[in-house]
Amino acid sequence: MPETKTKAKKSSRKKSDALAEHGISDELALELMRDMLLYRRFEEKAEEGYAIGKIGGFCHLHIGQEAGAAGSIKPLRDDDYVMSAYREHTQALAKGVHPNAVMAELYGRKDGSSGGKGGSMHIFDADCRFMGGHGIVGGQVPLATGIAWKIKYRGEETVSLVFMGDAAVNQGGFHEALNMAAVWNLPAIYVVENNEYGMGTAFSRVSRTDMSTKAVPYGIPSHTVDGQDVLACYAFFRDLADKVRHGAGPQFVDLQTYRFRGHSMSDPVSGTYRSVEEVLQAKEERDPIALLRDTLMEAGVLDQETLEEMDAEARQVSLDAADFAEASPPPGPEALYANVWAEINPNGRLFFDRRPESEEAS
Amino acid sequence: MAVMTYREALNEALREEMERDPDVFLMGEEVAEYDGAYKVSKGLLEEFGEQRIVDSPISELGFTGLGVGAAMAGLRPVIEFMTFNFAFLAIDQVINSAAKMYYMSEGQFPMPIVFRGPTGAALQLSAQHSQACETYYSHAPGCKVVTPGTPADAKGLLKAAIRDNDPVAFMEGESLYNFKGEVPDDDDFVIPLGVADLKHEGGDVSLITHGKMIHVALQAAQKLEKDGIHADVLDLRTIRPLDMDAILESVKKTNRAVYLEEGWPYAGTGAQIVSMIQEEAFDDLDAPIIRVTQADVPMPYAKNLEMLAKPSANHVIEAVNKVLYR
Repeated sequence: MPETKTKAKKSSRKKSDALAEHGISDELALELMRDMLLYRRFEEKAEEGYAIGKIGGFCHLHIGQEAGAAGSIKPLRDDDYVMSAYREHTQALAKGVHPNAVMAELYGRKDGSSGGKGGSMHIFDADCRFMGGHGIVGGQVPLATGIAWKIKYRGEETVSLVFMGDAAVNQGGFHEALNMAAVWNLPAIYVVENNEYGMGTAFSRVSRTDMSTKAVPYGIPSHTVDGQDVLACYAFFRDLADKVRHGAGPQFVDLQTYRFRGHSMSDPVSGTYRSVEEVLQAKEERDPIALLRDTLMEAGVLDQETLEEMDAEARQVSLDAADFAEASPPPGPEALYANVWAEINPNGRLFFDRRPESEEAS
Repeated sequence: MAVMTYREALNEALREEMERDPDVFLMGEEVAEYDGAYKVSKGLLEEFGEQRIVDSPISELGFTGLGVGAAMAGLRPVIEFMTFNFAFLAIDQVINSAAKMYYMSEGQFPMPIVFRGPTGAALQLSAQHSQACETYYSHAPGCKVVTPGTPADAKGLLKAAIRDNDPVAFMEGESLYNFKGEVPDDDDFVIPLGVADLKHEGGDVSLITHGKMIHVALQAAQKLEKDGIHADVLDLRTIRPLDMDAILESVKKTNRAVYLEEGWPYAGTGAQIVSMIQEEAFDDLDAPIIRVTQADVPMPYAKNLEMLAKPSANHVIEAVNKVLYR
C-alpha cells in the first residue's frame, strides 16, 4: 500500500467502466496490482538496503513510476526485447527477471543477474530478453535500434522496446537512432519515461519544444500516454506492440509520469530543484497503485482484505530477495578476470597487468 | 599466390565471410551504392543486396550503436568508418557499450563486431583527417585491435576479426589501399589474431612496428643493410592480443630495439611495449629503447611541415644509430 490513503482525483468517467473500456479482465487487473505492489515493495527494500550499506554505488529507484513498467512490459511477449537505462530494477522484474537475481545484483553478489559485476545500473538477463541496464544517458537508444535491426534482418515478429528518461531526447544518439529506425522501418518502440526532470533539471528548462514533438521530424508516430494509469498503459502498449510486430514501424511514446524519490539515493526526495509540495501533491494525486486500487475497489474487483494479502505477499517476496542476496556470497577473486573477453585467442596477450599470468603460475 | 591490392584483399575477405555466414552484414557511409568511399566494398551490394550492404546516414554514433545492439541480439556486424578520424563521434558506443557488455553482463552478451576503416595520415589532409587512432582502442580491456600492413595480412586478419567473438577495431591505411602484394590462394586463408610476423630478418637491432609503418621500417632496414647493419623488422599485426613472445625473441637476439609508430608518443603503443620489454628483458638490453613517432603536434597541412611531422626512414635510421651507439 502506498504511504498515503488519500483518494485519487475523481475521474468524470465511472471507474467500473475502465476495465471494459481497456479490454482488461478482472484477473489481469489484479495481476497488474500484484506486480506494481511488488515493484514498490522491492524498491523500498532496495532503499533500505542502501541505507544500511548493503547496496553501494549509484542506485536509482522507480517508486512512483511502476505503472510504466507493468503497463508497457506485461503486454509484451516473452520473446520481445526490452532495454532500459539505469532506473531499471522494476522493468527487469516486469520482463521476468527473478527478484532474487535483481536484489543479489544490487548487493554485488555472485548470484546476481550479472554475477555482481554490473550492479544497480546494469541488470541483464539474456534468457528473459532483458537487454540491460545502461549507464550513459541515451546510450541505449542506438543499441535497442540495433536489436530492432536484427529482428527485421531475420524476419522475426518481435519488437524492441526501449526506455529512456526525458533528458535522453537531448542526446545526439537519440536523434540518430530514430532517424535510422524510421528510414529502415524498424520494429522499435521508444518510450520516454517523462518524469519531468533529468536529474535535477526540469525538462522545460532544456527544451523549447514539447516532448510530443521530438520524433516528429523523423516521421515517427508520437503518442502521449498517462504513465500513472496502468490500465490505460497496458491497453495502449498491447495494441501498439501488435501493430509494430506486424510492420507499423517505429513508434515514440511520451509516457507521462513522476518520480516520488530523488534522482538517486544521494538526492533527497524533493531536492533543491522541486518543492516538497509538488512531490506531496503528485503522491496524493498520481500514485499509480492508489489509482488502480480505487478503480478496482469501486468496480468491486478488489477488497481491502485481498489488497492486504497481495501487499503482504509483495513484502515477503522482497524480503526473501533481500535474504537471498544476503546469503549469496560475493563473487570470488577469480571473477575479476572472467568474462572480459568472450574469446581468449590462443596467441598473444590480452591482459597487460600480468596478474592473470602470475595467478596462473602460482 | 595471387597478386592483388590491399583494397581487393579486404574486399575478398568481406565477400568470403559474408558467403560463409548469413549473419555478417556491412554497414557504413557510402558502402553500398557508392561502392565504399575507398571502394573496399566494390560489387558487394550487387552480390548481397541492400539488406546486407547498408548505406547509413552520416551518424557515426548512431550506426555504431546500432551495430553493437545487433551484435547483442546475435548478428555479426561489420561497421565501416569512412575513416577512424570520424569514429571519435562513436567511441562511446565502442568503449562503453561494445567493449564492456560481455563483462558487465557476466558473459551473457558476446559482442562479435568489427569496426573497420582507415586510420592515420594520408597526404595533406591536415589535422582532423590525419591521426593514428589505435591506442584509443587498445587502451580498453574488451576491445581487440588489428593493424594489417600488407594485402595478405589484410585478408587473413579481417577474416579472423569477423569470426572473433569480441569487438575488433580493424585499422587499415588510406595510403595502403592501392598497395599490391601476394595473397595465398587458399580457399580459406585466415591469420590468427595475436601472431606477429617477422617481415625482415637481421641480428643487429629489432625494429618493432605495426600497420603501415612496416613499410617505413622496411625501407630503413634496406638502407641499413647497405651500411652493414642487419635489422629485424617485426610487424606486430595485432596490438591486442599482442605477440609479446615474438617481441622478446627478437630483442633477446639483437639486444637493441627501436619502436616505430605512426601516432603520437604520449601513452602510445610504443610506450606500452617499451615498458614491457624493460620489465621482461632488462638484462638482454644493451641500450635504451628509442621510440620513433609522429611529431608531437597536430598534423599540419603544408607539404614540407607534414613531411617533417611524419616518422620517416631517416628518423628510424637515426634511432638505430643511437641504440647501436654509432
